[in-house]
Amino acid sequence: MSLLFALLLLQASPVATSPARPYAVPGEEAVDPYTVEDVNVGAKPFDGDGMAEAFHGQEGIRRIVDRMVTLSYGDSEIGEIFKGHDKVRLKRTLFEQFCYILNASCIYTGRDMVRSHKDLGVHRKDMNRLVELLQQAMREEGVDFQAQNRLLSKLAPMHHDIVGR
Amino acid sequence: MTYRRALVFVATTLTVISPQAGFAKPLRHGGKLLLTSGISSLEGAAGGGLTPWAVIAGNETNEGIGLSVHGTLVEMTDYDYQSAGIALGFRDRLELSYAHQYFNTNDIGTALALGKDYGFSQDVIGAKWRVAGDIAYDRMPAVAVGVQYKKNNNGAVARLLGARQDEGVDYYASISKLFLSRSILLSGTARLTKANQLGLLGFGGDKNKNYTLQLEGSAAWQLSRHLVVGSEFRSKPDNLGIAREDDWFDAFAALAVTRNVTATIAYTDLGSIATVSGQRGVMLSLQTSF
Ligand code: HEM
Repeated sequence: MSLLFALLLLQASPVATSPARPYAVPGEEAVDPYTVEDVNVGAKPFDGDGMAEAFHGQEGIRRIVDRMVTLSYGDSEIGEIFKGHDKVRLKRTLFEQFCYILNASCIYTGRDMVRSHKDLGVHRKDMNRLVELLQQAMREEGVDFQAQNRLLSKLAPMHHDIVGR
Repeated sequence: MTYRRALVFVATTLTVISPQAGFAKPLRHGGKLLLTSGISSLEGAAGGGLTPWAVIAGNETNEGIGLSVHGTLVEMTDYDYQSAGIALGFRDRLELSYAHQYFNTNDIGTALALGKDYGFSQDVIGAKWRVAGDIAYDRMPAVAVGVQYKKNNNGAVARLLGARQDEGVDYYASISKLFLSRSILLSGTARLTKANQLGLLGFGGDKNKNYTLQLEGSAAWQLSRHLVVGSEFRSKPDNLGIAREDDWFDAFAALAVTRNVTATIAYTDLGSIATVSGQRGVMLSLQTSF
């Protein structure tokens, strides 16, 4: 019995997490319960490791997400929308999401896009602004422009779930 | 009672372009992604240089009103051409445009017995409605329909060349999509028109007086956030017996110099114009938009 438990624990590596993981990790605010599922991520991941390489692996993705989140919270146009929301959690879940989509060996444990953006009052203009900040973060990381657009092509269709909710 | 009809039109337009909540919500202008409203085409509609796209002029999103102003020069083998125009975009949905076009015959004017530097000009008033989709965000391509009312200012001379009318209306539908995964934009337009050389040589002619269906297309490749290169095609009617008209081609590079300024340079092949064939040249266009 205890052996089985130990085996289960072993399987739960720090990055690829099982659904048994808490909804919020230490250092984050509590959130309402939800089911951790792959579909929450909102896009199919790329095949192969070309995209992960173009984004300089998990380290590159983390730098891009951290920068984008920092820019978003400080932005004169959309900063207001992020105010009061858990920055630590957003950095983690966004990292997981991008990492999963770019096929850089992560599992996404965050909420789905509708749930995450419900009642935020996000408009198209805000969406465009966030895209610009992401573009800036990717540019600063030195990601090839065509690869940047490839990631955007995965994110763009999500606007249905994010804008006007 | 035309003023009443005009009032009804304005009221309906305002209702349609206002948010669901009514007039209470304040407008927020600007906010479009760079280059996603294209440039100003020759006839004033937002798109490529030669043909409209299913995008709306100006930098606004669905929350605001946008504006673009442009000036274009084309230096051909024997002629030169200038146009200037203005376009308003309402909530990224409705576009109203005006363009004035001027076509100078230079020395050919003498040969045609019109006099050196004889110029043809016309005014184009356009309206475009984006019916569905969005070029970047939707899986569905963007679809728009439009009309262009054209009034030629040299009717008498155009008639001498065989044209039937000095005014006409073009109807078109455009479908456009930016394939982000490939950084490629493709756009196609179908146009019903009677216009000879955009209308600068009048409408209809001795060879054909009816509307014909013309096809136009653009393919563009986004090299960076600021730079797009591409190529365009536009088929043309051929209504005048003495002045053959050819399909048009161009290859262009458009640079978003800033959020508000786009500069375009193109190599154009316009074929035969007003009896003289082999009209190739360079097009320069500058647009500012808000
Ligand atoms: C394609 C574009 C976008 C993606 C992929 C995205 C992704 C995400 C993710 C993964 C989360 C965290 C989910 C979780 O906590 O479980 C999130 C939350 C959030 N997003 Fe987005 N987002 C997008 C667009 C936007 C835009 C345009 C805004 C506003 C300008 C925005 C504002 C927020 C805010 C404020 C939160 C925190 C919500 C909370 O704390 O409850 N997002 N987003």
